[in-house]
Amino acid sequence: MKKRQIVMVLYSRSSALDSEVVGWATYDGTGQKFHHPGGQDEPPYNTGLEAMLDGWRVIQISQLVPPYPGTEHSTSFLPFEIVLEQIIEVE
Amino acid sequence: MSNLLTTKQMALFVARGFLRFDAIVPDDINRTVLAAIEAGGAQDGILIEGSEVHSYPPGTSLVDCYRDQPAIRQLIDLPSVKGIISSLVGSGPLFDHHAIHHCPPNQNTAQYTHADSIIDTRTNFDIQLMYYPHEITAGMGGTRYVPGSHFRRVNEMAIARYQNIKGQQHVVCPAGTLLVMHHGIWHGGGRNQSDQPRYMFKIRLNAIEKQVKLWDTSDLDERSIGPKAIFDPDAYSNRDRIQTIFELPEKWFPMDESRLEIVNRIKLWRYLVGDDSFDSHHWLTRVENILN
Repeated sequence: MKKRQIVMVLYSRSSALDSEVVGWATYDGTGQKFHHPGGQDEPPYNTGLEAMLDGWRVIQISQLVPPYPGTEHSTSFLPFEIVLEQIIEVE
Repeated sequence: MSNLLTTKQMALFVARGFLRFDAIVPDDINRTVLAAIEAGGAQDGILIEGSEVHSYPPGTSLVDCYRDQPAIRQLIDLPSVKGIISSLVGSGPLFDHHAIHHCPPNQNTAQYTHADSIIDTRTNFDIQLMYYPHEITAGMGGTRYVPGSHFRRVNEMAIARYQNIKGQQHVVCPAGTLLVMHHGIWHGGGRNQSDQPRYMFKIRLNAIEKQVKLWDTSDLDERSIGPKAIFDPDAYSNRDRIQTIFELPEKWFPMDESRLEIVNRIKLWRYLVGDDSFDSHHWLTRVENILN
């Protein structure tokens, strides 16, 4: 059996993994399902912790980075990213 | 009656980065534009070159554009559309560019979410008129956009990883709808899963005058009433007040950045009203109290 990875990226409302998910993306390395931009108006999980309870493994979370001087009030990318994976056996 | 935008509409544009006007363009213009796009070449009222509408050099005054394409000129000259343009970018804006966005039937995917052009640090803003000459059904996908994303400084497709954001909107609309967007808003073409092609015609405009009090300001004082006290519940109940509109977060705002987005709104409003003392809930006044 070969193993393939599914990566799910969640964006939460705070640095806490149990805070509300407000952005999400899934990339399926098994090739079984294609997730396209704008294809899902409700998140697959309400929080990162909920995904963990369902068996997803956290492989990276955002560091907390202080703002550069002069940009303290600027906003940019979604700041709280949780990258999770599942390893799936395929034929 | 004035065709200019109201103070409440302007405040909503500042807070959310868009205004939507359903079926604002009459059917005769819609039919002419759509027929020309579908047929291609020189048609009545519009000139298609390749797959695009005949264009003009960037920086051409809008009043000098579309004289050779009366269908689009009529659209621009509709009193309601003129009022929208004048309120946001003045009565004599410059043409930046335009484009037909064509999504063929039965698409397998959708355009990545992005902000147009390059990272933009200005306070003054361009607008993009997104015009839908035919009905957009749910199956057609429609333009996807993220309300309130216009202040976030990102460079074009850097945000492509964000497949979905809570509160994202899909433009499902009747023919003749106009979506007017701040240049910075995050958006992307939705996946067209219908068996019909989808068309949208976009025009970007640059202001050449300061965008100060260009709308119908007759109700400005009445709408600009700050809270009597910090966390005053009354301040959140009146949805017609500028400060209340600015305090309402989008569903996707990170907890720590909701107040920064309010600050972004306050800064843009200060520019629009020409008053650097404008504030909401003391957010900026507090941190501007610098004692040396």
